[in-house]
Amino acid sequence: MEPTDAELIRAVLDGDRESFEPLVRRYQARVFATARRYARREDEIEDIVQEVFAKAFQKLASFRGEAPFEHWLMRLSVRTCYDFLRQHQRNRENTFSDLSSTESDWLDRFVSDPDDADERAEAARKLVERLMSHLSPPARLVITLLEIEERSVKEIAKLTGWSVPLVKVRAFRARAEMRKWLSRVARDKYL
Amino acid sequence: MNLNRLQNKLIASARANPPGDRVPYAFEKRVMARLTGIQPLDQWTLWSQALWRAAVPCLLLCVALAVWSLTTSFGIETDLASAFEQSVFAPLETVQLAEGW
Repeated sequence: MEPTDAELIRAVLDGDRESFEPLVRRYQARVFATARRYARREDEIEDIVQEVFAKAFQKLASFRGEAPFEHWLMRLSVRTCYDFLRQHQRNRENTFSDLSSTESDWLDRFVSDPDDADERAEAARKLVERLMSHLSPPARLVITLLEIEERSVKEIAKLTGWSVPLVKVRAFRARAEMRKWLSRVARDKYL
Repeated sequence: MNLNRLQNKLIASARANPPGDRVPYAFEKRVMARLTGIQPLDQWTLWSQALWRAAVPCLLLCVALAVWSLTTSFGIETDLASAFEQSVFAPLETVQLAEGW
């Protein structure tokens, strides 16, 4: 029978470093999926995941075991991703001028008939990715958690460490920011 | 262009295309190699780190309050002194009044 998370954590805290490896193996897929929401390049994603597990290893003593280890690790992952966004915010794109032909076609299809534009299309996915890369770090984080992952405001407050009113304020600002970028796309393309 | 509709459509697209969770081969070995030389911090170290981090804002707050109290207390110093004197001598005054009766 495989050891539980609590047993592995106890062993690591007692000095058995190798017991951390099964924990990494168990949760690395989830951390990778989270990191891929905020970073595009694979080397950046791997750096984020390594950073998450390094922090988890260092701060393992602060895990009190009241909630599942996975929840604690996810909080750490989201905060590390947010730090990554803040460190790289200067690299954010500022224009929407270079839409690819497939993205442009998808938008044309949407303008002529919104129901005709398939949201599962690769062009739509690329367009969202591009849109998200324009948003400020708090806006991107809040839109991802609230709108895309459909988490509640309370859950977001727990994950990010922000207060509930702050999450609400940032969600309001994030939607406005997103709308601003969408109107810029419309203006650049059709005016 | 209906921007509301476009926004909803794009959000729906992001929901329909969740990111993959594939992991590079033997990634856990790379993580463990990175952890060489890193020691897990004990509870006391974590606490002391947090307290040290809180020390600077607390010190700044103390300095700001000290400056504020020094700059605002000059005008009311005499008032405070007379108020203190009044409250100290108030029982004596009532005794004197009672004796006068």
